[in-house]
Amino acid sequence: MRAFDYVRPATVQEAVAAASEPGAAYLASGTNLLDLMKGGISRPTRLVDISRLPDLDHIEDLADGSMRIGALVRNADLARDPSFVRRFPAVAEALRSGASPQLRNAATVGGNLLQRTRCAYFYDTASACNKRDPGSGCDARDGDNRLHAVLGWSESCIATHPSDFCVPLVAFDAVVEVEGRGGRRDIPLETLHRLPGTTPDRESVLEPGEMIVALRLPAEAARFAEHARYLKVRERTSYAFAVVSASAALRIVDDTITDARLALGGVATKPWRARDAERILAGGGADASNFRRAAEAALAEAKPSGNNGFKIELARRTLARALALARAGTPKRSPALPASPLAFSGVAHV
Amino acid sequence: MDLSMTLIVNGVTKTIQLDDPRVTLLDLLRERLGLTGTKKGCDRGQCGACTVILDGRRVNSCLALAISHDGAHVLTIEGVAQGNRLHPLQEAFVAHDGLQCGFCTPGQIMSAIGLIQEAEAGDDPERVREGMSGNLCRCGAYQGITEAVIEAQKIIGGTGRREVA
Repeated sequence: MRAFDYVRPATVQEAVAAASEPGAAYLASGTNLLDLMKGGISRPTRLVDISRLPDLDHIEDLADGSMRIGALVRNADLARDPSFVRRFPAVAEALRSGASPQLRNAATVGGNLLQRTRCAYFYDTASACNKRDPGSGCDARDGDNRLHAVLGWSESCIATHPSDFCVPLVAFDAVVEVEGRGGRRDIPLETLHRLPGTTPDRESVLEPGEMIVALRLPAEAARFAEHARYLKVRERTSYAFAVVSASAALRIVDDTITDARLALGGVATKPWRARDAERILAGGGADASNFRRAAEAALAEAKPSGNNGFKIELARRTLARALALARAGTPKRSPALPASPLAFSGVAHV
Repeated sequence: MDLSMTLIVNGVTKTIQLDDPRVTLLDLLRERLGLTGTKKGCDRGQCGACTVILDGRRVNSCLALAISHDGAHVLTIEGVAQGNRLHPLQEAFVAHDGLQCGFCTPGQIMSAIGLIQEAEAGDDPERVREGMSGNLCRCGAYQGITEAVIEAQKIIGGTGRREVA
């Protein structure tokens, strides 16, 4: 690990000033950053410790029905907050399916949104990686790329975004509140993460020093609470990143879908909202053929970035299965294996 | 910035002068405080061998920067027995052969203390396995570990979250 200066500002404004300098990085819990620093992938010259900043660890129900979640709320605390679980069960399920209990106890909401890709070539400093070292190339293109992106990728970068949490968040139109030198602004989560294009090193639209201070879920998202699921296909039962995942939420009246919110994970450099599929479902029946049509639409633009063509059909099936689970209804209690296809019971295969 | 800090480790206040902010909580415990019960396995948050209870919650001490936790309470494996009386989880690991080589055991036990405090798994083996999934055991003693956690949960689970540790 490279040497760095350590500062612990007392206010958000001081933190923004301290982190606006070149080479500075925010430290919240550090579950991702310290790992990257140990591997030499991240080499900040200054760590700005924001873990003790006041008032950023609250979960609030706002008067307009939305929920505001401070950036320093721990993933585990959010996943067991009763109001959050009741109103946004698919988001809670996604949180509980991520990482390990120890990591969820430490990792923060803001850190989860900004976690870096798990691409093995990004992690291996001996490999070419345009994200880590712009202009060096992409060894994943000709490498072991079976888990890489099938949507939104470019010749420069085929990495995926690893967050589970972000997948239902982007489906439900979550908004991040950001504090920077120019004051506070709102950014829809859907536009927070950038597509790689020719600049995969620029992962978000945040300006230098800008800090996520809170996340908001709109009241509208809670209207899907009766039929909202997250489904995550992994290479082992637990404690693994998604090969592909899907968040599916429906509003159903008399067996007709009146509205849908859909997103995919593990398929692109950002959490992937599936709006075309939502439009196909709205007004139709909650049946397997419509779920399959929606899944086809969600993956219509997909193409393999290497030896990963299987992910396209896997993503279709995962989304269709997630829709069938959502139709069956949100479970009263979180499943023993959150988001797992193995926790599946009582719903016919799609 | 001044790198002096305090840490309340197993109930004892320690004053520490760091010479470098890069020290992790794991390295501080092992190298500076001589508490080598907490193990360094992968050192990257993947294996769980370094699990401690930090301010009441189980975490990977390898991914915690020590200076960031100035003033925190830490419970390590050295602090769970009362004199010669083993903690119920230690007794249950012995009774159920929840180990072979023993390297992962301190992390397993600290993680299980955290799991029982969190009070979400109960005696459901599937939930216990999922709740212990952040702790790897290369000897494959998972069957005994699961049985030990369920037995200890029955003994201490009803005493309330605060008293488990």
